[in-house]
Order: sequence, then structure tokens, then C-alpha cells
Amino acid sequence: MSTSAPFIDVQGLSKHFDVSASFLNRLIEGKPKQNLIAVNGVSFQIEQGTTLALVGESGCGKSTIAKLLVGLYEPTQGSVKLQGVDVHACYRSPRALQLRRRVQMIFQDPYASLNPRWHVQDIVAEPLLEHGLMSNATDIEQRVGELLSKVGLNPLDRIKYPHQFSGGQRQRISIARALATQPEFLVCDEPTSALDVSVQAQVLNIMQDLQTQHGLTYLFISHNLAVVRHVSDRVGVMYLGRLVELAPTDQLFLNPQHPYTRMLLEAIPKLRDTGRARTPVQGEVPNPLNPPSGCTFHPRCPQATDRCKQERPALRTMGRIQIACHAVT
Amino acid sequence: MHSTQDCNKTMALLDVQNLVVEFPTRRGNLRVLDGISFSIEKGEILGVVGESGAGKSLTGASIIGLLETPGRVSQGQILLHGQRIDHLNQEEMRHVRGKKIGAIFQDPLTSLNPLYSMGQQLIETIQTHLPMNHQQAQQRAIDLLKETGISAAEERLHYYPHQFSGGMRQRVVIALALAAEPELIVADEPTTALDVSIQAQIISLLKNICKQRGAAVMLITHDMGVIAETCDRVAVMYAGRIVEIGPVVDVIHSPAHPYTAGLMASIPDIFHSRERLNQIDGAMPRLNAIPSGCAFHPRCDKHTEQCKTHRPELMHAGATQAACWLVAKEGV
Repeated sequence: MSTSAPFIDVQGLSKHFDVSASFLNRLIEGKPKQNLIAVNGVSFQIEQGTTLALVGESGCGKSTIAKLLVGLYEPTQGSVKLQGVDVHACYRSPRALQLRRRVQMIFQDPYASLNPRWHVQDIVAEPLLEHGLMSNATDIEQRVGELLSKVGLNPLDRIKYPHQFSGGQRQRISIARALATQPEFLVCDEPTSALDVSVQAQVLNIMQDLQTQHGLTYLFISHNLAVVRHVSDRVGVMYLGRLVELAPTDQLFLNPQHPYTRMLLEAIPKLRDTGRARTPVQGEVPNPLNPPSGCTFHPRCPQATDRCKQERPALRTMGRIQIACHAVT
Repeated sequence: MHSTQDCNKTMALLDVQNLVVEFPTRRGNLRVLDGISFSIEKGEILGVVGESGAGKSLTGASIIGLLETPGRVSQGQILLHGQRIDHLNQEEMRHVRGKKIGAIFQDPLTSLNPLYSMGQQLIETIQTHLPMNHQQAQQRAIDLLKETGISAAEERLHYYPHQFSGGMRQRVVIALALAAEPELIVADEPTTALDVSIQAQIISLLKNICKQRGAAVMLITHDMGVIAETCDRVAVMYAGRIVEIGPVVDVIHSPAHPYTAGLMASIPDIFHSRERLNQIDGAMPRLNAIPSGCAFHPRCDKHTEQCKTHRPELMHAGATQAACWLVAKEGV
């Protein structure tokens, strides 16, 4: 409850994609223009030095939010403010480079996000050169070495190529690259989904250590609730482009309120009770081009009433949590 | 309690004995599976778990005869009902595959042909293996789709794969695998490409449908949670070998091999938040540089001199079997 502006303040963020058929097809077949609403009026804040996790099934708009936050997409509506400064206005201005230095991203696939033709040295040094932070070759070499040892790699690894590393090591190279400009805010889009569990643990531990050392702020996007429980301070649950529940991590896991959150938690296979069958939830995520009326979750919700079919519940604040559900009072 | 691997037992449905698979390359032979032995009883669900590169998918591929060239079975044998199936030619293997062993792969989109409707693919498979005319085959296709939980099956028979969602496609793939009533189904990461809510649906479908038909399943996955709720027994693989095999409850709650223990501890737990995850340092070795002795010893914090030079075989460790010298020392 600080009086100053929150570190990251997202207000009413929306992103629409035009997925209409081509002009000629529309003309001949008489099809209307079609918009896919990937993110729909999402608002949240992240305090400095904390982690907000976004979870949800594929197609719920998690990755779109990540790309909106780092400026890879322009929002259709709404704003993202970093310490009170509108980032999208800033990305268009000459000060963009300064802002980009402070916000970096880690991508999901460590095989696709590193240039296979470049040495690790060049990959990690690219942000340093791009931002004009260093120009002296020996300084850069030393800095790259420092960054590599920070993520648990050998400084001498800088003369290798990405293919000489395993998946977990590659993901650490992308973390080293993201850290090169000394950012304050890291957007991590499924950083461990492509990794094996033992390696996932290594990467998550490194990310945790870096957060304590450098006071980093994370937006952590994942579909794995167990990982989210482990890394985050607060969790936002998304369904079809909207936030349906936003709560402190412990509260969300101990006392989930929204039926969708409960369903997600129930759907996770539990290691401890072997042989216990999960109660699978019926139905699938609806087509986002043609979302259901009212609460978009109502066709799958065990508690749905007539009201849910007609009226979309707004995100309300209840104590420490925010929730969008008619059934929760 | 005697392990199912004891030799004085009735014939298992599938018996893999000392299987060695090699890929001859210009830089020498890469041994990707090194002496794997296990069996699957009728109606049993065996989980095979391990990290990428451990050889779990190759084990599955050898059983269904879909090893990619130049890979070959160089030693050992695979017996189905006591008959060898590892050295059959392509044509003979086609009759075994589908008819006796069904297969489900990870990505349902690539295991279906995008140019044929679901009905055409199902009917073709059914007619290949069962003596049925088109009418009967179509009826059977509809029944199979209904059984796998697809509503309006008559109408959906004419749909193409792109008109289905991921979960629905995987249901069709399961229907395809079951088309000829096989006794064994090899399911290679059947739920990895699916969301958790859909994953639960597919796993319970697979489990129930196989139970009804008494079909055995070899479930290959990297997800310990899926193994825990589905399987009867589990085999843990590391660097081309089985390091531990036994009943699921025992392997999960009291793992005997340090690798299994490390693997279990590195999984984040949804109910207990921990300050820090246990990590296994290092990574799975490359196939051309498998360490001497126990392949896990460079990553194992309990290793001894013996581990560096002598390779442990599977030994009885309580209810499970583990390939670790520690087990031998403790004399379980």
C-alpha cells in the first residue's frame, strides 16, 4: 500500500487481432470483418521486486500480454505504465532505448530464441552493443564472462555455439542475455516449459537467486500451476482473454474461489496420492472468435445459473483477492 | 512379494529381453538403448518415465517396429505372446502393428492425415485389420468415436482433422489405435501437447477404455504426475538404461535409485511450497560420451569409486529393482 505509483500498472489492456479473410474473399463470399479479441480489458499491478504469475490454458491470451508489455505489440485499448510512465507512448518516442534497457524478455523455446550461427559471446553481448553500454572489446568480454558465471555457466563457454549446449544451459544463456542490460523488469514467457524437470529446477533456482540479488521484478507466464506456486507472489488466472481471479499465491492455492481456478487445480495430477483418478472437467475452451455470452466460462461451469449466461461478471475486489464470478459473494 | 520379473512366471504379454538398439554413424556406433529388459502383463499399465534423451521413445519405437533408419536392434529380443517380433520384415510387422499393438503419439495433428476425413481414416484402418465391409466398418467407426466420447459421431465422421480441437483429435487417435482391438497400446507422450484440463479427460478415457477391453498399455511420459495416477508399475530410464523399475507406489514414495529420488524432489509440489527446489546438477550425458561405470555417477552426490568403474545391474531393493551399488551395499 505505498503511496507512489506501482512499479508496473496495467489498466484496461486489450488487444484485438484482425483475422478477416482477404478483401477479395470478403467481397465475393460476403463475409464480414472478423476480430479476434485476444486480451480483453485486463488490469493488474506488480510491485517492485515481486513476481506476478499469469496462468491459463492455451489461447487465453497470456503470451499476448507478455508481448504487449515488452512493446512487441501495440495495445488496441488500455495502457501499461512503468513507474508512472506510459510505456507504449515511450516506445514510440526517442527515449525508447532507455526503456527497453529496463524491460527484457525470456522466451519459451531456447532452441528458437538463440541464433545458431552466433557464438555465445556475440549473443550475450548484442544487447550491450545495441544499447551502447560498452564499446571496448575486453570490457565486453569480461562482462559476458561475468554474466555467464552469474547463471552458472563457465565464462569460457562464450566461445561455443548454442548447439553445444543442452536445453537448460541454452535457457541460461537467454537469461544471461536478458540480464546484460541490467534490467529491472523481466517478462518470462513459459521459461521452463521446454525443459526437463531436473533442469527446470536448476533454471527456477537461478531465477530466484537473481531476484533476491538484484531486486528484479518478474511477470512469469506459465501453464504449470506447480511451478507458479513455487515462484510467484501473486497469481492471475486467465480465461479467454480476461482475468477471472487475481490473488496472493498462498491464498489462491489454499482457497481458490473461481470455479475455473478450482477446476485447474483439480485437473493437476497429484504425485502424493497414487492411483487416485482426477475428476476431469467436461468441455473444452470455446472458440475465441465466437465466445459464449455472459460469463465465458458458463458452458463448463458446474455452478452456472441463468444469470451467468446473460450477464458477464465484472472483476470485483474481495479482501485481498479480485474475482469475476457471480457465484462467489 | 515376488517381482513380476522373476523367471518362473507364466508368459507375459510383452517381454523385452536385453534389448540393445544402435545407430551406426560415421563416428562410430551410438548405443541408444543398452540392455533393456522388462515385461508387461495382460491388462497392465506400465509407465516409462525419464528426461529427454533417456531412450523412452526409442523403446516404444522398437516395440512397434518403427525405429528410424539407420537405427537397428543389434542384440536382445522382443517377444509378444512368446513370439519374436523384433526381426520381422516390414510387411509382417504391418500385420502386428495395428492388429496386435496399437500406437498413440504425442502430437495428434501429425498422426492424422489432413487430407482424409476422420471417417475415411478410421474405416481404412478397420478394414485393413478386420474382415468387414464398408457398411460394417463405418458402423464400427461410429461406435468407436462414441466410445471415445465424441458426440454426434455420425456427423463428425465427415469432418477433417483441422475441424477438431487438440483434445478431440487425440480422442480420434485413441479410436484409431483401438480400431482392431489390440492387446497392447504403446502411448508415447499422449497428453504432452494438451492443456491440463484436457489432459485429465484423455488420461481417464485411456485408462477406462483399456480396462474395459483388458488391453495393456505402455505409457511413455516425462510427467511423474500422470504416471502416479495411471500406472501399475513404472520404469525409470536414464541414458539408455532402466535404472529403477517397480510398483508405482514404491517408486514414488520410497525411490531406491538416487536419480529417481532426485527426479522426485525436483518436481515442484502444488501443495507444499518450498523455499528452494532440489536440483540435480549437470545434464543427461550425450550418447557419444556416456560415462564409464554407472552413467549417473557424475551427477550423483553419493557416488563411490566402484560407481566410476563398474556398471550396476538391476538389483532387488525392497519392492522395486534398482541399478545402483548403494542398494547392493545396503543389502536390501
